[in-house]
Amino acid sequence: MNKIQVITSINHEEVEFLCEPQETLLDVLRDTLGRTGTKEGCATGDCGACSVLVDDRLVCSCLVLAAETGGREITTIEGIATEEGLHPIQQKFLDHAALQCGVCTPGLIIATKSLLDRHPDPDETTIRYWLAGNLCRCTGYDKIVRAVQDVARDLAGPA
Amino acid sequence: MSESIDYKLVGTSPVRPDGVDKVTGRAQYGADLNLPNQIHGKVLRSPHAHARIKRIDTSRATAMPGVYAVITGEDFPPPPEHGDVGGEAGGSIGDHARNIMARDKALYHGHAVAAVAARSLRIADEALAAIEVEYEVLEPVLDLDAAMAPGAPLLDENCFTKNLPEKSDKPSNIAEVMLLSRGDVDKGFEEADVIVEGEYRIPMAHQGYIEPHACIANTNEAGQSTVWCCTQAHFDFRAITAKVLNMNVADLKFIASEIGGGFGGKTVVYLEPLAVLLSRKARRPVKMKMTREEVFRATGPTSGTHCKIKVGAKKDGTLTAATAWMAYEAGAYAGAPMGPGALTVFVPYHLENFKVEGYEVLVNKPKVGAYRAPGAPQSMHAMESAIDDLARELNMDPLDLRLKNAAEEGTRASYGPKFPVIGLKECLRAAKAHPNYTRALPEGAGRGVAVGFWFNFGLQSSAEVHVNENGTVTVVEGNPDIGGSRASMCIMAAETLGVPYESVRTLIGDTESTGFSNSTGGSRTTFATGMAVVRACEDIIAQCRARAAVTWGIDEDQVLWVDGQAIPASGVNDELKPLSLADIAENAAKTGGPLLSRASLTAKGAGPSFSVNIADLQVDRDTGKIDVLAFTAIQDAGRAIHKAYVEGQLQGGAAQGLGWALNEEYIYNADGIMENAGFLDYRMPVASDLPMIDTQIVEVPNPRHPYGVRGVGETPIVAPLAAAANAVRDAIGIRIHDLPLSPPRVLAALDAAAD
Amino acid sequence: MAHVVFLSHLLAVTDGEAELDVPARNVRELLAALEQRFPDAGEELRRSAIAIDGLICHDAFLETLGPDSEVYFMPQIAGG
Repeated sequence: MNKIQVITSINHEEVEFLCEPQETLLDVLRDTLGRTGTKEGCATGDCGACSVLVDDRLVCSCLVLAAETGGREITTIEGIATEEGLHPIQQKFLDHAALQCGVCTPGLIIATKSLLDRHPDPDETTIRYWLAGNLCRCTGYDKIVRAVQDVARDLAGPA
Repeated sequence: MSESIDYKLVGTSPVRPDGVDKVTGRAQYGADLNLPNQIHGKVLRSPHAHARIKRIDTSRATAMPGVYAVITGEDFPPPPEHGDVGGEAGGSIGDHARNIMARDKALYHGHAVAAVAARSLRIADEALAAIEVEYEVLEPVLDLDAAMAPGAPLLDENCFTKNLPEKSDKPSNIAEVMLLSRGDVDKGFEEADVIVEGEYRIPMAHQGYIEPHACIANTNEAGQSTVWCCTQAHFDFRAITAKVLNMNVADLKFIASEIGGGFGGKTVVYLEPLAVLLSRKARRPVKMKMTREEVFRATGPTSGTHCKIKVGAKKDGTLTAATAWMAYEAGAYAGAPMGPGALTVFVPYHLENFKVEGYEVLVNKPKVGAYRAPGAPQSMHAMESAIDDLARELNMDPLDLRLKNAAEEGTRASYGPKFPVIGLKECLRAAKAHPNYTRALPEGAGRGVAVGFWFNFGLQSSAEVHVNENGTVTVVEGNPDIGGSRASMCIMAAETLGVPYESVRTLIGDTESTGFSNSTGGSRTTFATGMAVVRACEDIIAQCRARAAVTWGIDEDQVLWVDGQAIPASGVNDELKPLSLADIAENAAKTGGPLLSRASLTAKGAGPSFSVNIADLQVDRDTGKIDVLAFTAIQDAGRAIHKAYVEGQLQGGAAQGLGWALNEEYIYNADGIMENAGFLDYRMPVASDLPMIDTQIVEVPNPRHPYGVRGVGETPIVAPLAAAANAVRDAIGIRIHDLPLSPPRVLAALDAAAD
Repeated sequence: MAHVVFLSHLLAVTDGEAELDVPARNVRELLAALEQRFPDAGEELRRSAIAIDGLICHDAFLETLGPDSEVYFMPQIAGG
């Protein structure tokens, strides 16, 4: 089967890969490029474990064809922390014990980033609906929502 | 253990040591490892719920380019005739072997009948399509009551009901019976002023962990195999794989990856023996991972159930008698949690007269696996619903009715022995005093309460403690960390040694590098493995006192260990400067070599744990949809080691229980094919379905654990089912006996009441 | 002397006998005495969980028994 050449940017780094037409961005991230921080929970777009940003849009990478990602800017969990250390979202997830098994956590952190990029001061309902595409089976969401609220409070700075 | 002990670390909530890797994507879960030269394994699954396998022709698949190995039941040794699966997963080894790969019969839609390993997943799929299987399709047995009826088609012609008073010589789908009784039930009901009865049905539900099962096996030419997999129990997996493949345990090395949820479901072996066999044939590493659809069709679930309850009480609320009849679906093979269902149904109450009849029933559905407090949620849903009805009949507060009859230390438990110290009354009183119990409800909303319970477990655990040359500490143990247990081990080690939390790290060893431990399951890890860690740390302290004594040239009994330091007993050698763990470690070469200790044990005295939940629900009378307005989980943890992760267990269990109560169910068509094998249609709670979940940790310490731990993981899922059902009863004035309380069922109940 | 109680899963192998007193100082002696009395019950007895004075043990082989100990033979329970 003829492979397609794709040149794209992942976490601000140019990346070139070959993929089959039916391969998803998730397949390529995990299997071709070895970036396994993005998780697979269902491969049908129902659980959000594979959430990434494509040009700042929150998507399930299992629903995006890899061949369509040429020339885009893709953000994965591996690109969230900086040289200075963890992103505040990552730190607050740890501080609030907002993960138990942790397999949904990369997707939830990406989804939270996308939420706070658009709504820096979300109310609880906005948080809950924005994260409704990301299943977590361990926590009951309580500590996740509190972690997100805490990040938002810090972003808002002193009143 | 005194209540006033002032701990430095126990009961705090420090950041987990494995946290950074889990929020940056570095942590490696089951499907995250890839080995050079690996190929991909896939499973061919039965398209029929019940069929005899007449012939399997793999020749076309085997000949395909890029296919390295094809296996069927023929490639396995005969299923062992004797022996149970140890640890957590119920049932016999032989049945597990047949469940892992069907032999003469496929017993559910999705049952493995063959497997291939190929260069790519695409080729593997094409190879599966090229395998020809000739089936004789048999009538599936899908309904619990029909399966029990005389003359029902049989799943297993060699299944004779176990534990009948008279041994049965007729094969049956009823795998096992359990009978429990005490006192005189007829007399008890005669004494009752009020009697309530109810009949309750709950369909199968899945654990719903987000990470599908995955593994890699790498087998060498000598037949030695290394298996890397997501599991709650790598030692148990090694044992089961060895038995299923008739291998020497020493030829199998199991390495537990990080695990993306399990809830009991990853105590059961599915893929690993297939990967080992494929890898042996292909002489390459074989990676296997299930799709979500395979997870639903072929793993998990927990039993669908049918329960009947009758309870009698005097006018003052004193329970006089109760009976329970319950049937649990086992799925394709025996091993349903009917036993614990029967043992727990009346467990919160002091009852002089009762009778319990339990049946475990084979049906053409997946073999059930352990799911959080296996068996208790279903039976206790029935009893706790009946108790709620009784409180209404008696015009009593439902918590007062429970308090009046609540078990306490010395009460003879419904499962036989007398209770040790337990915290049920403390939880009930905490619920009664909780502001959420008396807060005003919005118009049309309802409030329900219920009690939950789990035994909690001991079993075997091992731990090693190494003191590094700078005085930092490495704990090695054998329980995969499913919800923060590394942090709990670090807390208990640091508390015992008197060193900072940050100076301790906990590793999960593989089966070759640390001692045996049973599964991370049964709420046993913090209890049993924690006990081993504490014991090993106590040994380090003894060694440190000896090292300090030889350093100082004084007697060992003149050395005390206080706040992480060796100090001379007061008044004798006051001039000596205390030696910290770091000081002693730095000088270890001079005083006898590296500091290392280990402990292994069969932990006894796990403390039973009770909970009380308060649910506030709102029912939309036009659509039947239920909104959760508030939920309060109160539970006796014995003592919380890591407070936030204990709260997390209570909250997570509440969410799972609410999902089970409100929406989750296996929906089958008439052919025995599950119609909702995906997260879109198997509807687990999402963030917007739930409110904040309030928790209150009650601490009635378990005297048999050095820090009073009971174990917390299982109990939280038990009470939400009845708490939700009782809230709906309160909201709409109608008792809906069956679960889930999904919109169609609620709407039907409302419509029926309106007619 | 231990007071022994069998839950129903054992009654088929104990000829329906549900309760009895057995002189034994520990579980090892108790199991030996019970196996002698109920020759068919050995495997089922060893597979059972045992509660001694209220504490459930999955493997109680070495536990000592007091003069008035109450010993329940229960089915093993799986956990999640």
